[in-house]
Amino acid sequence: MRNGPEWLRRHPGFAYGLLAALLAVLPFIVGAGLGKGWVRVLDFALLYTMLALGLNIVVGYAGLLDLGYIAFYALGAYLFAWLSSPQFGLHLPFWLVLPLGAMLAGSFGALLGAPTLRLRGDYLAIVTLGFGEIIRIFMNNLDQPVNITNGPQGINLIDPISIGGFSLGTPHTLLGVHVFPPTLYYYLFLAFTLFTIFVAMRLQDSRIGRAWAAIREDEIAAAAMGINTRNVKLLAFAMGATFGGLAGGLFAAFQGFISPESFNLMESVMILCMIVLGGMGNIPGVILGAVLLTVLPEALRYLGDWQRAALGHVVVDPNDLRMLVFGLAMVAMMLFRPAGFLPSRQRRREFRAEDGVAEQEQASLYDAQA
Amino acid sequence: MDIFVQQLVNGLVLGSIYALVALGYTMVYGILELINFAHGEVTMIGAMVALAVIVPLLGAGLPVALVLLLAILAAVAACMALGYTIERIAYRPLRRAPRLAPLITAIGVSIVLQNAAMLIWGRGYISFPPILPEGAHQILGAVVTDLQMVIVGLSVLIMIGLTFLVERTRLGRAMRATAQSREVAELMGVNVNTVISATFIIGSALAAIAGIMVSAYYGLAHYYMGFMLGLKAFSAAVLGGIGNLAGAMLGGLLLGVIEALGAGYIGDLTGGFLGSNYQDVFAFMVLIMVLVFRPSGLLGERVAQRA
Repeated sequence: MRNGPEWLRRHPGFAYGLLAALLAVLPFIVGAGLGKGWVRVLDFALLYTMLALGLNIVVGYAGLLDLGYIAFYALGAYLFAWLSSPQFGLHLPFWLVLPLGAMLAGSFGALLGAPTLRLRGDYLAIVTLGFGEIIRIFMNNLDQPVNITNGPQGINLIDPISIGGFSLGTPHTLLGVHVFPPTLYYYLFLAFTLFTIFVAMRLQDSRIGRAWAAIREDEIAAAAMGINTRNVKLLAFAMGATFGGLAGGLFAAFQGFISPESFNLMESVMILCMIVLGGMGNIPGVILGAVLLTVLPEALRYLGDWQRAALGHVVVDPNDLRMLVFGLAMVAMMLFRPAGFLPSRQRRREFRAEDGVAEQEQASLYDAQA
Repeated sequence: MDIFVQQLVNGLVLGSIYALVALGYTMVYGILELINFAHGEVTMIGAMVALAVIVPLLGAGLPVALVLLLAILAAVAACMALGYTIERIAYRPLRRAPRLAPLITAIGVSIVLQNAAMLIWGRGYISFPPILPEGAHQILGAVVTDLQMVIVGLSVLIMIGLTFLVERTRLGRAMRATAQSREVAELMGVNVNTVISATFIIGSALAAIAGIMVSAYYGLAHYYMGFMLGLKAFSAAVLGGIGNLAGAMLGGLLLGVIEALGAGYIGDLTGGFLGSNYQDVFAFMVLIMVLVFRPSGLLGERVAQRA
């Protein structure tokens, strides 16, 4: 809202009302204006917002570089699939399975955190990356000797979320309006995203949030101030992972199908990119980053149309060109805004992976620049 | 025992390739504290350029040795130019930016290179023509091919050369000084920008050679091949202690051997429950275990915590 008109700034209630109304009708506007496929993109933007906010707890708040975050998303998704699909013949309700998935992911988060407490910066990054790969490889191969994950084929026919007999997986006519599943899921995801934003905001300003900021800035000083760095770090991993698991469960129900392909290293890296590009540690920035990096690759599908409009014919297959342009855009955006689009105000300083006199000197240089 | 020696040989061959790529990661990290995520893709470009030279020139009937020489020269030159360009465009403007910013541009560059390669050379596998000698020798019960011997031999030569460069030459001294403190090196009259460019250029040349080795060894090149190779090499650099040249060499060789032995023995170790498709799990497990007990890698000198 900072760049909004003066009047809106002086009436925040009205501004939030406007935002709420916009979010409420967004899937209908997008569906009518851009096509139904774009409602799915909206859904994914919300899922990635949840993931980015979750990872932001680990990376942005606590300053722990995690490159295996997608593993928690995978755990949540697979747990949902195991307990709510024909894979094991179980069809438990979502209000039971989602929390279980979040808890499973959270405990794995603590499990990953425990051996990595002594590691810093890039060493931590490589261990988390290895952890993510290990989970993915297990998902890929645990179809024998006992079929648990169904291997590379993945798990199919996952139950859609159904609230009191009202299934989100089938179209409905509500108040004379035809509503199809992606729109229904949009509202569910929106609710969960708002919940995530609320928790993330409250965490940031809490005692724990300040402890995270302290260990991020200087772990030894934080310990000297009486912060139990071990527990606080483990809590960051566990909290971040919990949101990953929650989003994973939602993803499984929404998609109806999951396979190890969806949980590769590049996904972890993309979520990290969302955070850094948007503005690490700053909630509006993280949301912006998540939405931007979800929508951009989809928007670039129109490259073929743009080529036709500009040159009269398609020179390069847009599917081949899409990710190339996406990569260029990522580089350009980062060069244009090195601290992210909306850097956090209290902390323009980036987190430092290692401490040392040289780093301290560099940090003061960064500060002078910022 | 035969399997053991054989896997050891395979591991050493793979490991010396990892070591070459890992050196590129570790040199850049030592000086800039930056994970050059695009380094794996430079390796891939090296392999692709070499093949783009080999295939038409062979068709033109040139002698094999000359073709190979030209291919290596072309790949090394292309990768040097690429490494220099990447640093100038994607990293230099961000030298004073927050620490993670250049990591993101590195990932962006990596995506760009992958997709550019896909546009230029297509989505399919490109096979390496069977022009290399295919002789094989029996050593301690293991079969060692000529190509494997060439890969290990050439890697060792390059590593010795690099060590000489860093330890004995003027440029090497400037590199070490810059790695210790950029500001002080600058005050001592070192042109830091030149040193950083040189680091990228040398690392990329090593990557080009490693790329050719990989594609010759497996007989294939693919636009996606750099990703996994880069990942493994980066893991190797961290295993050895990132920023440390000897560490990268040791880490590369160790990772290669661990992987090969893992692939050979993991079935027996787990009573057939886990097959050789878990070799990466095995490699990452060892990596994690090592880092848990030695948080700065095997040869990492820098202490993680401030004294």
